[in-house]
Amino acid sequence: MTVAAFIGGIGVLGPGLDSWPHTAAVLSGRQPYAPSVTVLPTPSMLPPAERRRTGRVVKVAMAVALEAANSAGADPRQVSSVFSSSGGDGHICHEICQALALPSREVSPTRFSNSVHNVAAGYWSIATGSMTESNVLCAFDASFGAGLLDALTQTAVDQRAVLLVAYDTEYPPPLHAKRPIPDAMGVAMLLTPGRDSGSLARMEVDLSQEPSEKISDPALESLRLAIPAARSLPLLRLLASGASGRVVLDYLDVSRIAVQVAPCV
Amino acid sequence: MMPLLLAQFTATSCIGQGVTPTLASLVEKRSGLQRCEFETVSIDTYIGEVAGVDAQSLPTPLRSFECRNNRLAELALLQDGFFEAVQAAVSRWGRRRVGVFIGTSTAGILQTELAYRARDPISGALPAGFEYGPTHNSFSVADYLRQRCGLDGPAVAVSAACASSAKVFAAARRMIESGLIDAALVGGTDSLCLTTLYGFHSLQLSSPAPCRPFDVARDGISIGEAAAFALLERVPDDLDADAVLLLGTGESSDAYHMSAPHPEGLGAKRAIQAALAAASMQPGDVDYINLHGTGTPSNDRAESQAVTSIFGPTIPCSSTKGATGHTLGASGALEAVISALAIRHGLMPGGVHTTHIDPTLTALYIRDNRRTPVRRVLSNSFGFGGTNCSLIFGRAG
Repeated sequence: MTVAAFIGGIGVLGPGLDSWPHTAAVLSGRQPYAPSVTVLPTPSMLPPAERRRTGRVVKVAMAVALEAANSAGADPRQVSSVFSSSGGDGHICHEICQALALPSREVSPTRFSNSVHNVAAGYWSIATGSMTESNVLCAFDASFGAGLLDALTQTAVDQRAVLLVAYDTEYPPPLHAKRPIPDAMGVAMLLTPGRDSGSLARMEVDLSQEPSEKISDPALESLRLAIPAARSLPLLRLLASGASGRVVLDYLDVSRIAVQVAPCV
Repeated sequence: MMPLLLAQFTATSCIGQGVTPTLASLVEKRSGLQRCEFETVSIDTYIGEVAGVDAQSLPTPLRSFECRNNRLAELALLQDGFFEAVQAAVSRWGRRRVGVFIGTSTAGILQTELAYRARDPISGALPAGFEYGPTHNSFSVADYLRQRCGLDGPAVAVSAACASSAKVFAAARRMIESGLIDAALVGGTDSLCLTTLYGFHSLQLSSPAPCRPFDVARDGISIGEAAAFALLERVPDDLDADAVLLLGTGESSDAYHMSAPHPEGLGAKRAIQAALAAASMQPGDVDYINLHGTGTPSNDRAESQAVTSIFGPTIPCSSTKGATGHTLGASGALEAVISALAIRHGLMPGGVHTTHIDPTLTALYIRDNRRTPVRRVLSNSFGFGGTNCSLIFGRAG
């Protein structure tokens, strides 16, 4: 049994990857990969008071969500969303746990409100005025695959456009030693049930037990393994090539996700 | 949408471990809320604590998952033959065809809170024995249940604050309908921790008294803990008349504020309307509404407006949070099970602790139990970030 959708726009931001066009050039070998620290833009679409409160999770998620929606020419108020991340805001979590370890136990109310896993989905809805369905997922290292499956079933079953946003950020010390995600990264895709003028490719997805695809460039392969959202890189590389083909992505330990891609030309 | 069968369901909260004591508490209008004596917490509030959680052991191969949240999940899994029902589903459909969808807001973060008290005085490092992935991470409880039940289908945690374990029904419904799976273990688990107790206190959203939803003097929530699960399958041809079905799911976003609901309940209204549309039902087809009804002034006001704008002022409504406390990421699944019990046993549970209903709230809030046939129930769950989910359950015959 497979589920299918059309990809109408992509957004990418990560270490040494500053947009989808740039990432496509790197993944198709037209530009060398130069790892560097992820630079996160300020979410200018939020009101100033809200903007000040947002952390790195919100910034990375909103940046890639916006790039994917804009490049597809989609109105965020008309599309549903799936936000999938391997963890919440690590910096806020650290600050709360640190405060709770002190005798005074004074937790900041704003930090507590922003500690929810759906913080990025909440700010995205506030910033865009979107009142549509928004799912918020976590599957640890399998979070990209989990988001992809949920977005695809929404597109295929409920016949609606869905913005998939997968993103991760780092924990500061001492949690970093227990969960060593090195930097922030986000990948977003706008999925639609039918083909339209902006469709880049058709994607058909199934669960699989085959081994997952690696990336031959050692720096990109280490990025793929270091940040859960980067488990999408083999799919992004196939999309960047403009060719049709099939790729197997990492998902849970016992299962992987096979994606058949056919470009819309 | 295609209706789904709740082939089995169970709930463990402060009002009962399993559905029989849970139903008995509802019938007797017993609340499980008690003055907070949890861990080292010194807040003047009431909580819904489940007895004996930390005495529950996990199977030896899964010891890395040891934390209060997974112990609570294990405790609940063992009630009402639920574990056996999941095993039967595996035999019937195959381990790769059963998915896991679990809602949680804080998972096992208590473990991290405790680890932060035991940091190395020089390096600041967390204790060597502390494991992040199987305890703190939001996926930990879904991963625990997946491994515990031997399920190899898709697995995910939904973590959308207090709507988490209502939204799992919608996610599982989509995946079953897509054909990727045949059955789903859905539910929610959230356990007491300092982050939520001190966090809600800092926002002045927790009450010093047992919570009183829809009361004129309501002044906040009472935090509780719970684990509740259901096994969802396609509706078989031979169906008992008293089987309980999931008939509709509806989700929306407020686009308003991170920690306050839309004042007119517009997001809530949109979720309820979406659930009615998915179930192909009219408002008059619903017999009883299990409210989100947290007992904060703003939630109850917004929800009352949303409900009466769709259903009018005569449909019986109540919140069971006066009995169970607000079990946060588990509340959607807990109240789904309570809705199923309402249908199966013909009970509209009256809201406990509420003494003087706020006259400005137009919804018909019931304080006394009503023993009457209940065919269709709407259950609401709303959360921080402005996330809303409404579910509709109904009798098969």
